[in-house]
Amino acid sequence: MAIYLNSESRILVQGITGSEGTKHTRRMVASGSNVVAGVTPGKGGQSVDGGAGDIPVFNSVPEAVAATGADVSVVFVPPRFAKAAVVETVDAGVPLCVVITEGIPVKDTAEFFQYATNAGGTRIVGPNCPGLISPGQSNAGIIPGDITKPGRIGLVSKSGTLTYQMMYELRDIGFSTCVGIGGDPVIGTTHIDCLAAFQDDPDTDAIVMIGEIGGDAEERAADFIAANVTKPVVGYVAGFTAPEGKTMGHAGAIVSGSSGTAQAKKEALEAVGVRVGKTPSETARLMREIVTG
Amino acid sequence: MDLYEYQAKELFAKHGVPTQSGTVVTDPDAARAAAAEHGGLVVVKAQVKTGGRGKAGGVKLAQNPDEAAEKAEAILGLDIKGHIVKKVLVTPAEDIETEYYVSFLLDRANRTYLAMASVEGGMEIEQLAEERPEALAKVAVDALAGVDEAKAREIATAAGFGPDVFDQVVDVLQHLWTVFVQEDASLVEVNPLAKTPDGRVVALDGKVTIDDNAGFRHPHHADLIDHAATDPLEQRAQEKDLNYVKLSGEVGIIGNGAGLVMSTLDVVAYAGEEFGGVKPANFLDIGGGASAEVMADGLEIILSDPEVKAVLVNVFGGITACDAVANGIVQALELLKSHGQAITKPLVVRLDGNNAAEGRRILDEAEHDIVEMVDTMDGAARRVAELAAQA
Repeated sequence: MAIYLNSESRILVQGITGSEGTKHTRRMVASGSNVVAGVTPGKGGQSVDGGAGDIPVFNSVPEAVAATGADVSVVFVPPRFAKAAVVETVDAGVPLCVVITEGIPVKDTAEFFQYATNAGGTRIVGPNCPGLISPGQSNAGIIPGDITKPGRIGLVSKSGTLTYQMMYELRDIGFSTCVGIGGDPVIGTTHIDCLAAFQDDPDTDAIVMIGEIGGDAEERAADFIAANVTKPVVGYVAGFTAPEGKTMGHAGAIVSGSSGTAQAKKEALEAVGVRVGKTPSETARLMREIVTG
Repeated sequence: MDLYEYQAKELFAKHGVPTQSGTVVTDPDAARAAAAEHGGLVVVKAQVKTGGRGKAGGVKLAQNPDEAAEKAEAILGLDIKGHIVKKVLVTPAEDIETEYYVSFLLDRANRTYLAMASVEGGMEIEQLAEERPEALAKVAVDALAGVDEAKAREIATAAGFGPDVFDQVVDVLQHLWTVFVQEDASLVEVNPLAKTPDGRVVALDGKVTIDDNAGFRHPHHADLIDHAATDPLEQRAQEKDLNYVKLSGEVGIIGNGAGLVMSTLDVVAYAGEEFGGVKPANFLDIGGGASAEVMADGLEIILSDPEVKAVLVNVFGGITACDAVANGIVQALELLKSHGQAITKPLVVRLDGNNAAEGRRILDEAEHDIVEMVDTMDGAARRVAELAAQA
């Protein structure tokens, strides 16, 4: 099973002929993904060497979907073209659109998110995220495919490298699906969406949730856990020492006034019974205790 | 990027939001001249990117040019919540009959926009929201539909604006929305929006935050950056495209990925509690693909921070494997030496993940006596805190 992505997934890559697009297409293929198509406007009819055979390139998402039955799109196009790329994916009715691109204006994201919401048929993951992986089944994005093995932990995280760190610490236990939801102020798939999906996934037994400063997504996730999640959840929040008013790398990672602090998020999670680690390794230890009894 | 009040008002004027003329000055003599030019009663206002200026003594009335110079002298150099006043705005004083509040902002939770409006403006909006939430109207704004006249009327009605100013407020809201979308802002706020005794509605203050990611659509936004107020190390880092934030501490930090670096700062601060309270000196994310040049640029900036006593390089090898990172460190140290920079501050390196063993071997063979490797993030943080405390 896993969530959002499995061995049946048929991936298309938007921006496949760019250097990042080609590089990560090969990595996805190498970690077992079924990449069926690429899209680059003006380069339809060409192909890209995916490392295990040629991948056909189409001029548009609808053409690629019609020809290959792709049901996941991974977007690598530059920020200024990202909104158009997502809108095209939504119009083509692709059910999952993973936006890797970093640096998209938040206005564009708010607009394409609204567009997808109105259309109703497409889940967006990201933007500014590493994508998601269901180890041993499929990998959509830039998460290294060989960090961890298949298992029964679900992971949802705002941060890419902390995702990798946690996958690595618990690599002997393994993961059902790891979702990097991204650190931008507006994101298509939230902690809550993933918590709900993991709760319903028969192949996930426990959940690690990684947050960071900014916004109140972790606090809202805590409320959601209290009301809806019966599987054990372990949490980690980065940014305890971040000063007010400074953006820490991610566009959304900023403490403004009293809101968005790591301490507030930790307290909200602990108040609903989530065990929160002080460091990534302690968080991994807490999860290890839970799954190994 | 947050803008100063005077910059916000310039954008208001550009997009048709009624506001006042004003002059930005940096010394008392210029304040005197500006007051003389405006004539009559003026307000001298500290230009700082924080609230609570009035309470801190940063906003003063002046009856005449000499008094304006006096007030400017008193305000310039003030420390308002850690922000030193370097500029003041001299603007004609308006008589105020009533103060209102209007804003548009990004609503992260609902992933759309939000309009807020109140007929009880003037006080800090956080305070109003807490003490009298019923007095603050919140109206969701669809990101695609935006704010037209009908939406502006809906907002003005929700806030309870009276017939004396209703049409003017509707007009202000539409122009303010233009500022919001055409300048790619994530916040535009007018507090107070004032009604004058002669019945005009005017923006007497302005707060605007613009989206740095949208710079490619707004080349002129680069002019809004206040280079004089930027930390010199941050400015050098910006020129090299490094994601660097200067903090106050003794342990220089380099890592890959925003979350991992934030986490590293925390872990070092915890470890520092055991060693005389040493703290991280900076945030520096070299990103997923850390080439030797990027590592060298980063190390150079961190090592030139006189506060830094020891450095922690914390890398999880994902897309960039650890052997490449290790080569980057070795080349970076050689590059810095060839620039004539003596490297004496200890460097603690923690490599994990993809090809970590090979990375450690490369660093071992390079035999740099200042480089020390520690296997875990927690262990590396302890060691670097200890070294910083000893230095």
